[in-house]
Amino acid sequence: MSISIQNEDFDICVELSALRSASNNVGAIVSFVGLVRDLSYDENIQNIHVEHYPGMSEKALNKIILEAKSRWELLAIRVIHRVGTLTPNDQIVMVAVASTHRGNAFSSCEFIIDYLKTDAPFWKKEVKTQGGEWVVTKESDIERMQRWMQKS
Amino acid sequence: MQIELLYFGRPSDNLNIMRETVSPPAGIVTIGDLLNWLHLRGEIWVLELTESKIRCALNQEFASWNSKIKDKDEIALFSPISGG
Repeated sequence: MSISIQNEDFDICVELSALRSASNNVGAIVSFVGLVRDLSYDENIQNIHVEHYPGMSEKALNKIILEAKSRWELLAIRVIHRVGTLTPNDQIVMVAVASTHRGNAFSSCEFIIDYLKTDAPFWKKEVKTQGGEWVVTKESDIERMQRWMQKS
Repeated sequence: MQIELLYFGRPSDNLNIMRETVSPPAGIVTIGDLLNWLHLRGEIWVLELTESKIRCALNQEFASWNSKIKDKDEIALFSPISGG
């Protein structure tokens, strides 16, 4: 189970290969990679700035991972969230889960990214030529997270 | 009582502050009280730190406006989160 919050980009192949070697019982790996979308809908947006609450963000991600482990049988979990300045097409987040069977891997990966969206203290700002705008929590993200509360 | 206050997201930007140590007067019991006390600083503080527009954390756990505070607590005030 490992968490990284970093400025640097990551290599999904390296990460998946590490998960593969976590145990001889790994029968399934599911990964999710979030990217920065095209920002051309507003020509004033220059890039995205991501900030987090050091200390709390690690704790919050750990809590989400522990909750996932209590719901599904998992062999390894890797979460990476990038911070700093990012541009379209950049990788921003990765969640990868290894399990014996695919069902647990699929469900837990979705659970972790859904909870990360609403329960981990990260903020995105669209940096514009003058100032910028902080992105707010999307209603659809809250709804996705609440579905898991009904399932528990 | 000394409180470490941290700001993230929009309020941090608009109030131009990331962190400060404050000594609230007697009678400040909850995070809500602390917010009202910060509002005395002026209109922009009222505007940026409206309960409906921000969330808070107490010692690095999400908290509510009724959460009680004590000496040496770390309190964070921030706009809705938007990671991932």
